[in-house]
Amino acid sequence: MIRVVLPFHLRKLAHVDGEVQVEVGNPVTLGAVLNALEANYPALRGTIREHETLRRRPFVRFFACKEDLSFEPPEAKLPDAVASGEEPFLIVGAMAGG
Amino acid sequence: MSKVRVLVGTKKGAFILTSDGKRERWEVSGPHFAGWEIYHLKGSPVEPDRLFASQSSGWFGQIIQRSNDGGKTWETPDGSPTAAPEGMPQGQSNKFKYDGEVGTHKWYDGTQHPWEFKRVWHLEPSLTDPDTIFAGVEDAALFKSVDGGKTWREFPGLRKAKGNLWQPGAGGMAVHTILLDPKNPERIFVAISAGGVFRTDDGGQTWKPANRGLKSPYELPDPDAEVGHCVHRIALHPSRPGVLFMQKHWDVMRSDDAGESWREVSGNLPSDFGFPIDVHAHEPETVFVVPIKSDSEHYPPDGKLRVYRSRTGGNEWEALTKGLPQKDCYVNVLRDAMAVDSLEPCGVYFGTTGGQVYASADGGGSWNPIVRDLPAVYSVEVQMLP
Repeated sequence: MIRVVLPFHLRKLAHVDGEVQVEVGNPVTLGAVLNALEANYPALRGTIREHETLRRRPFVRFFACKEDLSFEPPEAKLPDAVASGEEPFLIVGAMAGG
Repeated sequence: MSKVRVLVGTKKGAFILTSDGKRERWEVSGPHFAGWEIYHLKGSPVEPDRLFASQSSGWFGQIIQRSNDGGKTWETPDGSPTAAPEGMPQGQSNKFKYDGEVGTHKWYDGTQHPWEFKRVWHLEPSLTDPDTIFAGVEDAALFKSVDGGKTWREFPGLRKAKGNLWQPGAGGMAVHTILLDPKNPERIFVAISAGGVFRTDDGGQTWKPANRGLKSPYELPDPDAEVGHCVHRIALHPSRPGVLFMQKHWDVMRSDDAGESWREVSGNLPSDFGFPIDVHAHEPETVFVVPIKSDSEHYPPDGKLRVYRSRTGGNEWEALTKGLPQKDCYVNVLRDAMAVDSLEPCGVYFGTTGGQVYASADGGGSWNPIVRDLPAVYSVEVQMLP
């Protein structure tokens, strides 16, 4: 199972507390995790990625194992520690504002 | 005795204010969707406990929320993995896709710019069907849902009404007003900043500009410009849907022929600039506006918050000040932030960018703040409950 940490507002939207877990077959890619997340929690569709293009929204960032994965393509494999469930995949609302 | 429910959208969440028919004591519920911008929320006239809300943020985009219990609990329509029958689209309630070719509109520098969906400004539930709702969005377009907000389709005919000449104002380019004609289900009026007023007589398939008589010499040197006018708000009385009142960027206007022509009724107002305009529930010739000093300042003239009321359908206006701050007040009242109830006497409500929601239980004669310290108020709607 892949562990996913959502930002506060998306946890509220999805009606979950803490981490969520999603099941993803091999290979564990960035796109596969997001697909599984949106399938389990349809309310999140359009909030992390745009509906049609599936492009990451500008103020959303992805991290895992202290690496910024925000600019990785959907087919990029996530670190082994994420695939094994040892480390979570983090979805973060970017710091922005004044 | 009837109850009153006031729905308030703010910069940081939604609030629901309830009272009995006396409108003296209020209960405050909220914030709902804390931290999110709530441009608008409104209830179905057919099923008053069914509410719709437009929730948005710069981080996570647009969300549509729906309540079936008067705002106690909320859901994203079809947002649950088990809610929809197999094969139905899920998680589409925030998908606003322009129909066909996206097209372009006029940009700030006069060049053409592609339409880009940003957010829902206004939600207008059907007068007859609790599952049908209209959404006015930025960049300006009109969408409709017939399944309770689960999926949305655009009326592309609106953007064909010279949409290439529409241009954003300082606040963006949005369909911010949707008026459903209570006597003719095929007729809808919308208002766009800065596009103007548009009317359909065939249920939304085709639209025509309804701006004859509007003068916008600074923005539109062409005195006969059909579109591009910065209309801030329009309002009608349900008993007389052919009579429209308008607060334009400058000028308060009136039409007696369903928007075919307009004439100015600013009369003795201290400023003919403002955002909201509304009509008394029982007196179709009684109209309310909130004059604002502009262009550069956008707060009440002389630091005095005054609602102006005309009992003559315009031109002759009186200042309503009792209970409103008459010094050092520098708030604004936005276009969707005024509403009336249908009790006797008529109640009038408005919210400010300073977070106050004022209520008058006597048609504007005197005012009291229901709440004083909310986030900046974007919208105010009123419901009557049994």
